[in-house]
Amino acid sequence: MRRLRDIIGGSLIALGIAVSGAGSAQAVEIEYWQYVFDTRVKAMNRLIEEFQAANPGITVKHTTFPYADYQTKVIASASAGIGPDVVQLFYGWLDLFVNAKLVQPLPKDTFPTEAIEKDFFPIVQAMKRNGEYYALPTAVRSLALFYNKKLFQEAGLDPAKPPQTLTELLDAAKKTVKMESGNMVSAGITMDMAGQDHQWWREVLVRQYGGVPYSDDYRKVTYNDKAGADALKFYTDLQTSEKVGQMGFMDEGQAAFRAGRAAMTIDGTFRIGSFKTIKDFEWGVAELPANAEGMRSNYASYWTNAITAKAKGEKLEAAKKFLAFVSSPKAMELWLDAVGELPARREVAQKPQYMNDPVYGPFLKALDYSKVTLFVDEQAQRQITMDMTNRVLIQGQEPQAAVDQAAKEEQALIDRVAK
Amino acid sequence: MDETIGAEPRRRGLWGRLTLRQKQVIWAWGFLAIPIVFYSVVRFWPTIDAFYLSFTKWNLLQPPDFIGLDNYRRMFADPQFWQVFRNTFLYLIIGTPVSLLLSFTIAYHLDRVRFMHGLIRALYFLPYLTTAAVMAWVWRWFYQPAPVGLINDMLSMVGLPQQPFLRSTVQALPAVLAPAVWAGLGFQIVIFMAGLRAIPTSYYEAARIDGVSNWTILTRITLPLLKPTFVFLVVFASIAFLRIFDQVYNMTTNDPGGPLNSTKPLVLMIYQSAFNSFDMGYAAAQTVVLFLVLLVISLVQLTVLRDR
Amino acid sequence: MAASFKDARFNDVRPGKVIAWTLLFLGGVVMVTPLLFMLSTSLKPASDVYDLRLIPARPTLENYLAVFEDGRFPGWILNSLFIATVVTLSNVFFDSLVGYTLAKFKFRGRYLVFIAILSTLMIPTEMLVIPWYIMARDFGWLDSYWGIMFPGMMTAFGTFLMKQFFETVPDDFLEAARIDGLNEFQIWWRIAMPLVTPALSALAIFTFLGNWTAFIWPLIVTTSAELYTLPVGLSSFSVEQAIRWELIMTGASIATLPTLVIFIVLQRFIVRGVVKAGLKG
Repeated sequence: MRRLRDIIGGSLIALGIAVSGAGSAQAVEIEYWQYVFDTRVKAMNRLIEEFQAANPGITVKHTTFPYADYQTKVIASASAGIGPDVVQLFYGWLDLFVNAKLVQPLPKDTFPTEAIEKDFFPIVQAMKRNGEYYALPTAVRSLALFYNKKLFQEAGLDPAKPPQTLTELLDAAKKTVKMESGNMVSAGITMDMAGQDHQWWREVLVRQYGGVPYSDDYRKVTYNDKAGADALKFYTDLQTSEKVGQMGFMDEGQAAFRAGRAAMTIDGTFRIGSFKTIKDFEWGVAELPANAEGMRSNYASYWTNAITAKAKGEKLEAAKKFLAFVSSPKAMELWLDAVGELPARREVAQKPQYMNDPVYGPFLKALDYSKVTLFVDEQAQRQITMDMTNRVLIQGQEPQAAVDQAAKEEQALIDRVAK
Repeated sequence: MDETIGAEPRRRGLWGRLTLRQKQVIWAWGFLAIPIVFYSVVRFWPTIDAFYLSFTKWNLLQPPDFIGLDNYRRMFADPQFWQVFRNTFLYLIIGTPVSLLLSFTIAYHLDRVRFMHGLIRALYFLPYLTTAAVMAWVWRWFYQPAPVGLINDMLSMVGLPQQPFLRSTVQALPAVLAPAVWAGLGFQIVIFMAGLRAIPTSYYEAARIDGVSNWTILTRITLPLLKPTFVFLVVFASIAFLRIFDQVYNMTTNDPGGPLNSTKPLVLMIYQSAFNSFDMGYAAAQTVVLFLVLLVISLVQLTVLRDR
Repeated sequence: MAASFKDARFNDVRPGKVIAWTLLFLGGVVMVTPLLFMLSTSLKPASDVYDLRLIPARPTLENYLAVFEDGRFPGWILNSLFIATVVTLSNVFFDSLVGYTLAKFKFRGRYLVFIAILSTLMIPTEMLVIPWYIMARDFGWLDSYWGIMFPGMMTAFGTFLMKQFFETVPDDFLEAARIDGLNEFQIWWRIAMPLVTPALSALAIFTFLGNWTAFIWPLIVTTSAELYTLPVGLSSFSVEQAIRWELIMTGASIATLPTLVIFIVLQRFIVRGVVKAGLKG
């Protein structure tokens, strides 16, 4: 799924941090699993403390696993009927778990459908199957444009006015790119399909060029039209004709940006922490640029909490309470402060102190129009998009042909995995 | 040996009544007991299991489904598999001759050098002691485009055009192969030198007296006598190149086996199928192919090189 | 040194020899260039990484401090050391025990056992990693030292190597010990083993190196960072550093330096061991 480097500090924590109470005979103990990421683990420990203080009869055992192994661990234990009562899942895994009957629908008494759809951002609807919700997130992530204020200034651009449209983006990239004897020494914008650019292309550029990447259930690939090809052409032109970016420059886009050798990069909420350590220059965040008609789009993703099929009786009651607590406004505020991930509820996200935050604001604004791609195998689908781009960049294939081939490959993959 | 004679225990009972030969047999099987269990559980059983798994569809979640030859059909219809198959052979047919030619040339000349012999040998041998997964990162840095990459920086210093290396579908495979050749040279050189040392100097002296040229000595005496060394190194190197993984995995973490699968070897495809897609049956079918390829290559090489 | 020029092969010093020597020497320097640049970059501040000079203009240990602040490297080094040592000891013990039994005992089934063990050489470990992984999962060995070590505790290669060497041990020695009243285990351990010490050290060096650099199996079987071996740790560390080359080179230097220092101290011994294991195996 997502790469190891996103969990940088996290791996310091060992196999399991068990937070268990004294365990009186009447107490119900439920088990909660998530993956290791230092700030997430600490935030969850604080939430559990508060939850246990408010619910003296319930103890929550908090177990964590390293990110890389998390999916396997969850799958292996769930299939053996052991493991957690409440489990954190990547949104894209839901089908796998629902189909294998490893998770149960959220009981409607505690989680009425109308309330969910009113209070949460629409991206949460990806958790709905056959009219029932199966999981709820605490926090979500989206994409934004990071820009280097110093390079903007040097190029004569106003560092307070990041590009608002694709045209302005291209213009800013042209002004900020630096070449020396034919070699790029500093990019206008990073090009990194292995990073977040594949999401940018899929859910943002394709739509901005008038297309739709997939059918509503994401089971049919529909980007193999002119819109898809135009979107790809816009992206690959950044390297081939505009020469403002270069795939593989400094190996990774974020590395180039951090080294001060790229004026702009598109990345997610999870990159904020790493960029905050930059000392050599100031940077800003802007919403992803709109198209000429002012249409914007974004890609959002999230980790979500579900109740496993194993939870029954009083454990189920406890699990319901716990899940309601970790998806409450209070939990979301704590999560944003401690982890830096965005609240999934409108009322929290739209508080002025968050909306006007120069760093979080642009990410939050995107949540209203963000899309959630329902991947069947995110890594394999990313690979297909990456290969599509490489065929244009390295082998000179026409964008239309590249898009057609990618659509065929991706459709075959979806058909095989999701049948 | 310093035990006193006659200390032999005169035990009665079952053990005492056995003949020396019978005791020997019991000792032998006793010594072999743990190893036999080990080889059965850790080698033979998994081999059978791998064959069995290759006929199943299994994602670790549900019990395995027996699907006959479907994994093999899917594999042979998968263009990626054939690309990977081709890559694997490219690693072999470029890597083996290049590294053997280099190492033999170096060993042949180094064998005749006395001045600072130990130091020079050490220089060539050092890379062999490095860890492939670690050095892959060093090489990956070398191959970066300017301004980061050492090689491209040097090229632009002398006015040569930049090379894409890992960003090219043509150059990436040799670029990934280079550190593997580099790391293996030291081993091959010392083995060749040991082989050269084993040739009696009297052969050379006799040839000298007959006034035979260096070239003739090389082709008529040295090479034929070195044949066992060659056979060993060709098999050894071929198997290593067919199983290349560490370098590719670490040099292409952003686009594993890329760009466009141009560097992906079979072992990486196996790794991805098994541990990224949890497609255990399909991965097992690929391992069976790897096994057969290794088997055929070893047998062919052994017969070809032995007969001539 | 000059004395060895008496050897028939070396008694003529011609210009060709000087050229050959120079080329060999330069080739050797090229061979270690990657290591030199790795070291040099690890001693440069981040801003000087793109400076090509081999000798750092402003040498600093800040990268090393940063990497050690990360705190995981010492653990990874110890893990690798522990695993390679245990596996090596196990191989030295079991491979020679089996090699000895197959070389020196006459019993029915001996040939069958030998062929069976030898045949496992034909099975690539890559074919076994999936069953091993499943086995480790079922037995609860995932993410444990034992999980990393179990597949390599004995090898057919080592067994074959030791069998070759034990065959050169004269039977008379063993017979004499038998008459002295030693039991078979004592004969093997006290009499036969000391006679093949060079082979044992060759096997030990080869096994240790192989496990010290092993990557794919530890990568698959370990999941928590504390259990990573050095190669897996370095690989994951490098990915996490997100292409900060000065830190990656520092990590690589830390992973490489111990072996190089040991080699420089024990050069002859190690080369001889590798040759012996390579040629007889």
